[in-house]
Amino acid sequence: MKILFKKNKYRLISLLSLLVVIFIWIFVTDISHAVSPLILPSPIKVIQTFVYKLQGGTIPDGASLLNHIASSLKVALGGFLAGVIIGVPLGIGMAWNQKFERIAKPLFDLIRPIPALAWIPLMILWLGIGYASKVGIVFFASVISATVNSYTGIRRTSEVHLWVAQTFGATRNQMLFKIAIPTAMPLIFTGLRLALGSSWVALVAAELVAATSGLGYMIQMGRMLGRPDIIIVGMLTIGVIGLLMSKVLEFLQKKFVKGGRLEDEK
Amino acid sequence: MERSVKESVLKVENVSKIFSREEGSFGQKKLVENHVIDQVTFDVYENEFLVIFGPGQSGKTTLLKMMAGLEKVTDGIIEFGQKKISGPNPQLGFVYQSIALFPWLTVMENVEFGPKVKGEGKVERREKAQHYIELVGLGGFEERYPAQLSGGMKQRVGIARAYANNPKILLMDEPFGALDAQTRYMMEAEIQKIWQKEKRTVVFVTNNIEEALFLADRIILLTNCPTKIKSEYHVSLPHPRSYVDKEFLKLRQEITNNMDRTL
Repeated sequence: MKILFKKNKYRLISLLSLLVVIFIWIFVTDISHAVSPLILPSPIKVIQTFVYKLQGGTIPDGASLLNHIASSLKVALGGFLAGVIIGVPLGIGMAWNQKFERIAKPLFDLIRPIPALAWIPLMILWLGIGYASKVGIVFFASVISATVNSYTGIRRTSEVHLWVAQTFGATRNQMLFKIAIPTAMPLIFTGLRLALGSSWVALVAAELVAATSGLGYMIQMGRMLGRPDIIIVGMLTIGVIGLLMSKVLEFLQKKFVKGGRLEDEK
Repeated sequence: MERSVKESVLKVENVSKIFSREEGSFGQKKLVENHVIDQVTFDVYENEFLVIFGPGQSGKTTLLKMMAGLEKVTDGIIEFGQKKISGPNPQLGFVYQSIALFPWLTVMENVEFGPKVKGEGKVERREKAQHYIELVGLGGFEERYPAQLSGGMKQRVGIARAYANNPKILLMDEPFGALDAQTRYMMEAEIQKIWQKEKRTVVFVTNNIEEALFLADRIILLTNCPTKIKSEYHVSLPHPRSYVDKEFLKLRQEITNNMDRTL
């Protein structure tokens, strides 16, 4: 009994802290009515709203939860994939080819410190408030981490590994694809994870500013209509989906990065 | 020695190496030259086990890297099969001190790397790799990753990988330098056994006198930097050798006395 308790001690503590927060939440809303439901709705109300929105309710923000999720995912994945498809080869290319680095790196270094959110005004000006502008913003959010990490990953290629390949008669292309890219894989995946994270952040920010649907739009509507329960449902959904996406990437990383290497292993 | 006709497979002729780099701040740069190898000449004969032995900083690795074509000579010529070495050559296999296995590949994939780069078919290269994996005593570990192996096992994979590429000459750069003493003795005996089973020309660099005497047909003793050849010893003791054999100890004393001191 004691051993069982010890084994699960930390899990119990985690669960307990969550329960305490929920209890305080219930206490200040439903039990003591210390906080107005217009400021903070009770957890029960939030769950009710969640179930209603999940079942296809479109009031008051004009679309069901699943529609909002689909709309957000379309933008996030579109921008993320564009960022990865451009960023990973860009990073690899800059690290592997000195001439290309000379050409591309100064430009990249100039764009790199600009936060993705600073692109919002220009994107709206150029592409309107539809799908394209938001994909553009998300693209800028993801392309930076994808590029930087791929670049660093390739740079970590061990000189001795290249010698080995050379003494086996490998061509320069073989050295890139059989040595440098496998070396970089753990960091490339770190880049993808970071890119996905910042994509999701940028998406919500973009939807807060310019959108007609999506999770960011939904929480913005919640604020305008004085419905904090809608805001909280939206926020929790954003959190859960973000978590799920990084779990998917973690799964892919385990599948593609061979030999039990962690990203911080030299 | 019983070898009647010594056939030279690799010639090192008057080879020197000077590393130079610029030092100092802008405007008053000066060229700093580091003379590592000074006019070294020797031959490597077919199927011999040649040990290049020298004190700590004697440029042994530099010499070996030049023989592998991984480093350019400053002066002189290295010839392999009547041709000047100008770059890495699959005929010259290299086994590294740092082992340098590819951590993202399994034992099998590491060993078949060379044949794969050459474009050999899967069946053929698997068969070859399997043969060498078994030769180094790692049968059953084919699907393991390097992270799951001990230091000695990793170095066995490194040797199998070099063998599988079927090189004319195996160049080994202190391959057991990073192993603990116990594993090191075991690996010395093991490499000797492997070499008896499949003779290759081996050039083996070490700074360990016991290791040199345990393995070598011939030992080339180097001086301190700038490195010259100090002397050469033929070791005709039968294998497997004993570290405490009288002859062994006598030779050991002789070479040690002749060796330059390093700090």
